[in-house]
Amino acid sequence: MFNLYGFGGLIFAGTWMTIKLILSILFFGLILGMIGAGAKLSRFRILNIMAGAFTSIVRGIPELILILGIYFGGTVVINNLLASLGYGGSFGINPFAAGVVALGTAYGAYATDVFRVSIQSIPKGQIEAARAVGMPGPLIFRRIILPQIWLVALPALGNLFLVSQKDSALVSVIGLQEIMRASSFAVRYTKKPFTFYLAAAFIYLGLTVVTTVAIQLFEKRAGRGLRRE
Amino acid sequence: MDFLLMLTSIPNLLHGTVLTFELVGSSMLFGIILAVPLALMRVSKRLWLSAPAYGYTFFFRGTPLLVQIFLIYYGLSQFSLIKESFLWPILREPYWCAIIAFTLNTTAYTGEILRGAIQAIPYGQIEAAKSVGMSKVLQLRRIIAPQALVLALPGYSNELILLLKGSALASTITLLDLTGITRKIIAETYRPLELFLMAACIYVVITFVLSQIFGWVEHHFTAYRRPPRQLEVQAGGLGKG
Repeated sequence: MFNLYGFGGLIFAGTWMTIKLILSILFFGLILGMIGAGAKLSRFRILNIMAGAFTSIVRGIPELILILGIYFGGTVVINNLLASLGYGGSFGINPFAAGVVALGTAYGAYATDVFRVSIQSIPKGQIEAARAVGMPGPLIFRRIILPQIWLVALPALGNLFLVSQKDSALVSVIGLQEIMRASSFAVRYTKKPFTFYLAAAFIYLGLTVVTTVAIQLFEKRAGRGLRRE
Repeated sequence: MDFLLMLTSIPNLLHGTVLTFELVGSSMLFGIILAVPLALMRVSKRLWLSAPAYGYTFFFRGTPLLVQIFLIYYGLSQFSLIKESFLWPILREPYWCAIIAFTLNTTAYTGEILRGAIQAIPYGQIEAAKSVGMSKVLQLRRIIAPQALVLALPGYSNELILLLKGSALASTITLLDLTGITRKIIAETYRPLELFLMAACIYVVITFVLSQIFGWVEHHFTAYRRPPRQLEVQAGGLGKG
C-alpha cells in the first residue's frame, strides 16, 4: 500500500523504540502515581500539600515544555553539579531517559488522583479487618488494596496510557530515533512528507488499537472475581 | 540562576503568550462550531452519517497532534495540486496550519464530549418531546441542547486545558508562541533552566485561571442540582430564644 522508498526498516526500528519508550513511561509513571497517592492520603499534612502542589503544577505544564526543560535544563543542572564537585567536561542527558522522566512525571501526576480515588473506594472495614487479623501494612497493600484498586483504576489508567503513547511523539524533538524522528529523516531524503507522516499516523493508530484491546482484556481479567448481573 | 534574565524575559514571553491565546482562542471557536454537527452525526441512526463521523474521531483521537500538524504543514506541500490552488497562500503559513491542525484535533475530542452528554439525556425525555409533536430541531433546541451543554462543561474544561498545552506544539513549525519565544531566547542566551521555568509558570497560571473560570461557570449552571440555601437567620434566632 505504501511505497516507503527503502525506509521501512528505519521506521520499524523507530516503532520498536517508541514501544520501549512508552512501556518505560508507564512503569515510571505508575510508580510515581502510587507514591503520589500514598502522599495524598498520608496522615502527614506536609505530604498532602506537596503531592497536591505536584499534581496541579505538572498538569498545567505542556508536555513539550516538560520534555525540553528536563532535557536541556537537566543537562545544565547536572553539569553545574559535576563542576562544583570538581569534575570537568560536559555531560549530556540521554534523550530516552529525559523522555521517560518527563512523560512519566506527566503520567504520574494524572495517575496520582486515579489511584487516590480507587484506594478511597475500598471500604474502610476491610482495612480494619486486615489489621485486626494482624496483617502488616505492606501485606494489607499487597493482598487487600492492590487487587481491588486495579479494577477501579484500570479504565482511567488505560486512557492515560493512550495519551502518553501519543505524547511520546514529542520526544522526537530532543532527537530520540522513534517513529516521528525516523519519518522526518525519511522525509528529508525522499521529499515525500505526506507519505511518511501518514505512515507514522497509521502506526500510531495501530498502537492505539492494540492498546485499547489490551486494556479491555486486562479489565476483563481484573473483574473476573466480580458477580455479573 | 540568572534571576535578572528571568525578569527581563517576561515582556517577550508575554508577547508570545498573546499568540498562544490567539491560536487557542480561534481553534476553540472553530472547534465548537464543527463539533456540534460532528456529535449530531455520531449519534445519528443513519450509518452514512455516523460512520464518517466515527472514522474522523478515530483518526484524530488515535494519532499524536504532532503528526497532524506535520501532515498539514509539511505534508500538503507534497501535492502540486494543492500548491497551485487558491488555498496555498493559507496552507503555506505556519499560523494557519497550526490553527487548522488544532481545530481538527479539538473538534474530534469536543465532539466526543458532546456525544457523551447527548447520550446521557434520558431517552424518555426525547420520547415525551416526540409524543407532544416537537420537531427534531425543536427537540434539539428545547430539550437536548440546554441539558447536554451543561453536562459537557467539566469534560470541555479539561479539553480546553489540553488544547492550551497542545498549542505549545506550534513552536515545532517555527511559530513564536509562548513556547516558541522561550526556545528562541534560550538559543540566544543558553539559559534553558531559567526560561523553561518561566514559561512553565505562565502556562500553570493560565491553566489555573481557566479552571477557576470553568468551575465558576459550572457552579452557576448547576444551581438547580443544589438544595436551596438554608435560612440561617431563623435557625440562629431560635437558638437564642
